Amino acid sequence: MRTTELYEPSARELDRRAYRRSRARRSTAVALASTLVFALLAYLTVTNAPGWDRTRATFFDISYGWEVLPDILEGLWLNIRVLAVAAVAVVVVALMLALLRTLRGPVFLPLRLLATAYIDLFRGMPLLIVLYLVGFGLPALRLDWLPTSETTLGTIALVLTYSAYVAEVFRAGIEAVHPSQRAAARSLGLTYRQTMRMVVLPQAVRKVTPPLLNDFVAMQKDVGLISVLGAVDAIRKAQIEVAQTFNFTPYVVAGLLFVLLAVPSARLADWVTNRAARRQQAGGLV
Amino acid sequence: MSGAAPVLSVDNVVKFFGEHQVLRGISLDVAEHQVVTVIGSSGSGKSTLMRCVNLLEVIDDGVIALDGRDITDPRVDPDHVRRRIGVVFQAYNLFPHMNVQDNITLAPRVVHGVPRAAAVERARELLARVGLEDKADEYPDRLSGGQQQRVAIVRALATDPRLLLLDEITSALDPELVGDVLRLVRELAEQGMTILMATHEMGFARQVADHVCFLDQGVVLEQGPPEQVLGDPVEPRTRQFLARIIDAGRL
Repeated sequence: MRTTELYEPSARELDRRAYRRSRARRSTAVALASTLVFALLAYLTVTNAPGWDRTRATFFDISYGWEVLPDILEGLWLNIRVLAVAAVAVVVVALMLALLRTLRGPVFLPLRLLATAYIDLFRGMPLLIVLYLVGFGLPALRLDWLPTSETTLGTIALVLTYSAYVAEVFRAGIEAVHPSQRAAARSLGLTYRQTMRMVVLPQAVRKVTPPLLNDFVAMQKDVGLISVLGAVDAIRKAQIEVAQTFNFTPYVVAGLLFVLLAVPSARLADWVTNRAARRQQAGGLV
Repeated sequence: MSGAAPVLSVDNVVKFFGEHQVLRGISLDVAEHQVVTVIGSSGSGKSTLMRCVNLLEVIDDGVIALDGRDITDPRVDPDHVRRRIGVVFQAYNLFPHMNVQDNITLAPRVVHGVPRAAAVERARELLARVGLEDKADEYPDRLSGGQQQRVAIVRALATDPRLLLLDEITSALDPELVGDVLRLVRELAEQGMTILMATHEMGFARQVADHVCFLDQGVVLEQGPPEQVLGDPVEPRTRQFLARIIDAGRL
């Protein structure tokens, strides 16, 4: 820039800005008012329900909730550890499956078929059934080199199911990279593998990060299903409490803890999506 | 033409991107049936000016008027303004998931409420005019760059816009294909279309433009008839720019 004279907005521009500000204020006010009205209506509907007092005592007993919280938190720690291991394993297995499914050429037909069959099987089968089959079926084989801990078996079942889902997300990402990108990479002399690793996958992963995080949030709560095998996680702990008192508050506590666990991931997913959108757009209004 | 308000009037428009002042008070008019060409080096603000006129960017000061009506007033619905302006982008921006015919008939049908049959008929007619009548069912990725750009022009024309904005529409094309696209623009100009066009094709600007504006560092440094601005520029910066273009063999 040559002379950087200070820029003074004209009266017309100031008027436009004032108008935009007043519009922004008005829409904020409308949003706030409608939210308040909705919250109030929901509150009144629930608290005026005929069974509210009874419901509150059985599901929302606050002092009982505090009492069982440490126990349930201890169970949640198991969920978090399972989640961490399963998430890493899922990404690795899923990526492998996706790469197998996208292999080209007739030589790889058996591999492609295997990967497709695996994905069809574990994407179609309900997680609960997979948990039963792995958790009770594998130990029944009485092979002494197989793991016997219900936590490990539960984690394996989760990885089997979720890797099938996530593999399809990865594959969608790989196929969404424009063919011209492969053409450009191969023209530079990169091999198929190098093209995949350095050009296609980095773009694919960026494209599918939001759906991946979505699957991660889904898995966070499905981790609680390992309790059906007897692993003492947050849900199992709650169940034990409920069995003693017939008060369902521990379930609500466990549920809220899972929500708290999911919120940071959900915000992370939003943030990643927005950042991707900002980066790829040149700016502008539409 | 005399006395009537220009179709497009850009008055003292300022645009910032963050701290950087991209447009520093641009003024230019496009009268009815006129072709105005904006030239200037990359980064001089040509594309930003185009985007501002189509309200894809909010300007930070000044006024843009279409047919005498201020379109930069926040009370104006930008969609109504955009309906009257046709835009052709440098990178074509055709919708890859629709075939050529659907690309062209989308806005007439969805925005302007033209019945499908009429929209299709008009699309076929326009495609025939640009020599692409047999491509109506093809998808954009299967066409050459020049064909895609001609489809993009047809798409912009299908809504009978009051003003056509052409933003360096030949920059992504190889020289052989440039000719087809420029021939089409020349025809449009001869038929009386009102056009504001950013371009690097100086030879074409000289032949077709009624008025040339040289943009430099966010201001219109020099403007006038093409013979004057391109043939005998007053400003040293304009001379320097043209000398570089001539060196590159583009004039």
